[in-house]
Amino acid sequence: MKMHLDEQTIALRATKEFEDGSAVNLGYGMPVLCANFILEERRIFFQSENGVLGYSGLATDEEKDFDLINASDQPVIPAAGMCFFDSAASFDMIRGGHIDIVVLGAYQVSERGDLANWGRPGRPATGMGGGMDLAVGARKTIVTMLHSSKDGKPRIVKKCTYPLTAKHCVSMIFTDIAVMQITERGILLREVAPGWTAEEIQALTEPQMIIADDLKEIEI
Amino acid sequence: MAINKVFGSCDDVVADIFDGATIMIGGFGSFGGLPVNLIVALVNQGAKGLTIIANAGGVGFELSKRIKPEGYQDIGILFEKGQVKKFIGSMPALGGMPPTSPLEGLYNEGKVEIEMVPQGTLAERIRSGAGGLGGFYTPIGVGTIVESGKEKKIIDGKEYILELPLTADFALIKAHKADTLGNLVYRGTARCFNPIMAMAAKITVVEVDKRVEIGELDPEVIITPHVYVSRIVEAP
Repeated sequence: MKMHLDEQTIALRATKEFEDGSAVNLGYGMPVLCANFILEERRIFFQSENGVLGYSGLATDEEKDFDLINASDQPVIPAAGMCFFDSAASFDMIRGGHIDIVVLGAYQVSERGDLANWGRPGRPATGMGGGMDLAVGARKTIVTMLHSSKDGKPRIVKKCTYPLTAKHCVSMIFTDIAVMQITERGILLREVAPGWTAEEIQALTEPQMIIADDLKEIEI
Repeated sequence: MAINKVFGSCDDVVADIFDGATIMIGGFGSFGGLPVNLIVALVNQGAKGLTIIANAGGVGFELSKRIKPEGYQDIGILFEKGQVKKFIGSMPALGGMPPTSPLEGLYNEGKVEIEMVPQGTLAERIRSGAGGLGGFYTPIGVGTIVESGKEKKIIDGKEYILELPLTADFALIKAHKADTLGNLVYRGTARCFNPIMAMAAKITVVEVDKRVEIGELDPEVIITPHVYVSRIVEAP
């Protein structure tokens, strides 16, 4: 029985990459779900482009305070030590390499780690927001995405055909069926979802992957 | 005796905005930090041919109900009313919203121009304008459509593009409190683009939740010094 991880589970797997004490920015969509999976023993300082560092998770919409939201317009829970700053200071933090990890969504990722995550056919007015700054500026850029498009096309590709966010920026990809690492030699398949073989993942992935010697099932 | 900056109504503070003006509008995208009452006053005032510099292009009243159930007016209404010829910002339309925002509709019909700017570059261009600089070199946008037509430079082996400053005739911003001199403090994430826009316009108009007397704000926590602020109005 082949299993597709749901968005919550993909986000949960991605959070295992967050080291205690790291500053992490979460992009629009699936990435913001990561804020709900931080265990007590780790303190993660969530940063958001609109000027906050150190919120502790997502709040419910019922008590929404519009002056305490993340960049995806979701209310967040304050935490001791939280601080606010303006947009220029926020992007100094991002561009200057002071954010440890950014998690972004993607339309496409190439085998060299190029990212396309903002523009899509038929929506020419959709903007890149802070995605370019984050993809280039964060010390580590990881992507959470579905492995294939709705019409079954690979989204992990040899070369991105959608407008680029940044070149050579992605280091890890977490999908509904695999965990992959971008290496100098190409895409390394490290983990597969329950029920999947490396060959079956390869069939849904455009570039030729390298299979990790210690390939394992994604632990959830 | 300082010039009186305190105005009684939002209509009064936007009365002299002229056709063709460049206007920065604060906030981030949704309700927090957005000078909603100043936007509505600008609609009533009716200036046309405007260039709007803002992070996001707004979603319009109907879609705003997805954000705040009772709805609110955002920058979208300026496009609906045909007051804008050009938008400069990072999120003209939001991918997560249906493609029915006023700006996106007009853009698809070729009736408004968009200059798309990465968000951090937008903030820094505003800060450059505010601080009297001629621009800056940034790595953001290299290898993407953002670099097209821009000067490139290699510094210490890394590729950068030149980005130029942004200034405006007016900035319409939102703060939490102002004293009558115009010193400003903000609240939470509503700070966002407001302080840097306050510094980059010839005339900065601020809508505040509360106006206080001189001396009531702790000098240690003032974010925008009064020298940047021209007009203050308390939100109705």
